[in-house]
Amino acid sequence: MTFAALTIREARERLRRRQISSVELTQAFLARIGALNPRLNAYLTITDDEALEMARQADARIQRGEDTPLLGVPIAIKDVLSTRGVRTTAGSRILANYVPTWDATVVARLRALGAVFLGKLNCDEFAMGSSTENSAFGPTRNPWDETRVPGGSSGGSAVAVAADLCCAALGTDTGGSIRQPAALCGVTGLKNSYGRVSRYGLIAFASSLDTVGALTKDVYDAAIMLQAMEGRDPQDSTSVDVSPIDPTRLEAHGASLAGVRVGVPKEYFTAGIQPDVERAVRAAIAHLQALGAELREISLPRTPLGLPVYYIIAPAEASANLARFDGVKYGLRVQGADLIDTYRRTRGAGFGPEVKRRIMLGTYALSAGYYDAYYIRAQKVRTLIKRDFEQAFEHVDVIAAPVSPTTAFPLGAKVDDPLQMYLADVFTLPVSLAGICGISVPCGFDADGLPIGLQLIGPAFAEQRVLEVAHAYQQTTDFHLKKPPIRMP
Amino acid sequence: MTLSAAEVEHIARLARLSLSEDELARYARQLSAILDYASQLAGLDIEDIPPTATVLPIHSVMREGDEVRAGLPRADALRNAPDTDGVSFVVQATFGDEE
Repeated sequence: MTFAALTIREARERLRRRQISSVELTQAFLARIGALNPRLNAYLTITDDEALEMARQADARIQRGEDTPLLGVPIAIKDVLSTRGVRTTAGSRILANYVPTWDATVVARLRALGAVFLGKLNCDEFAMGSSTENSAFGPTRNPWDETRVPGGSSGGSAVAVAADLCCAALGTDTGGSIRQPAALCGVTGLKNSYGRVSRYGLIAFASSLDTVGALTKDVYDAAIMLQAMEGRDPQDSTSVDVSPIDPTRLEAHGASLAGVRVGVPKEYFTAGIQPDVERAVRAAIAHLQALGAELREISLPRTPLGLPVYYIIAPAEASANLARFDGVKYGLRVQGADLIDTYRRTRGAGFGPEVKRRIMLGTYALSAGYYDAYYIRAQKVRTLIKRDFEQAFEHVDVIAAPVSPTTAFPLGAKVDDPLQMYLADVFTLPVSLAGICGISVPCGFDADGLPIGLQLIGPAFAEQRVLEVAHAYQQTTDFHLKKPPIRMP
Repeated sequence: MTLSAAEVEHIARLARLSLSEDELARYARQLSAILDYASQLAGLDIEDIPPTATVLPIHSVMREGDEVRAGLPRADALRNAPDTDGVSFVVQATFGDEE
């Protein structure tokens, strides 16, 4: 096994025993990034010098006998999270030269634990998209088939983990942006409950939906990353303290799911789902049953309404959040005849097509005469979607479903049809609207060898239970160990 | 429903976006299709359902404590600005001669 394929846990074990140094590990990743990134475009910024300096400091801490869950472990960060002194673009031309002067809280926490930052990862502009094709800096390519998208918006994060260009990656999930690319790239991706992880320093897209999380090589690493990031942050008034994650408890359960009630929602197996995806997800659910879980058919009747609700609420919030990009305090400025003209030219030139589309949609939904008909109505239906889950969780512990109705689609296939692109998120949006947690774990491949993801959904702040079920699944399957067929140049 | 080019231009003005003729035509078509899709929310009986603005049971959150803490240094605040005079952001006048 090469260094680059190590999980966080395996890397820490070798670092602790001094079998490798953090500098050696970091150099192995930097060499691999240098060889593969020109093709995959997962990284927008590679911070070689900073990474090696962080690795040297980590090695010194290890020499002193320090032991933290991430000490010396090379990770990478989605480019919507602020990094002190390192360019942060949000995948947008309007922030092409923006250099934050502070760290996002999650970045600061990982830095304090001694993680090594390899660089910043590509994403759809302002995290708006399902394919990473909306990045102003070119699409990221799926390592399982380089003619296909990696999903989005955390496509760079998913590819960096899948292609062993980092040990783990930070991502964000507003409507599926961690789970869907994790599924399409065959990695593990946990979307945390809203409020569990601080959003401070995240460049905001939709503030009532945005969550920060990690994409990892397995479920155990997902628990390590959540433990490192979670908890109340005075800088984010929506962050909360809950019972902390305990990764070691994942082992305690072994692979038995006796006593676990798994709900299977019929609305997630409808027309439009690719047959290979349905087959693999149903096989995974049967596997959970074989491990002792009790299956129960459930109904989440408002599932189809998730998409129209999300595409009112998220653009409405985005139109307000993105008002800050006015060419005054940071970012691009295109001078016009007067101040208003400068705003309009700056934003017209700085934002890409999908971001403009969502700002327009949100502005319309919030405008006089349409506010009640669209925005308030969508918020009311959001209540119903949340209640669907609450009622289901009176009878089951977790819900098992597909992540995405299809496997990775070809680059360019949906860029001209926004509604078709939005449908890629139909099975991830309801979880985001309800603010609950969900994980994507690899559960098979389609006829073309493309990865398929199983989504395990839990109530708000039930990450421990969701991770335990997902871990039991990975202990008895090997889909998460499969690697994409990458030819080194 | 179909948005006219004039309606799209009105939204673009509210959103402080300058759009080309091409963009206006394209967004008129695409926004109409998306709003059509959203119209499935119109027939629902939701009169008595409260709207959800946030999933957390939180209301006006007060700042914890009231202690003096370091803020963003001026140099840092100005570092990414397109135009400054060293102490302030430089912008065009909000009110011109014609006001």
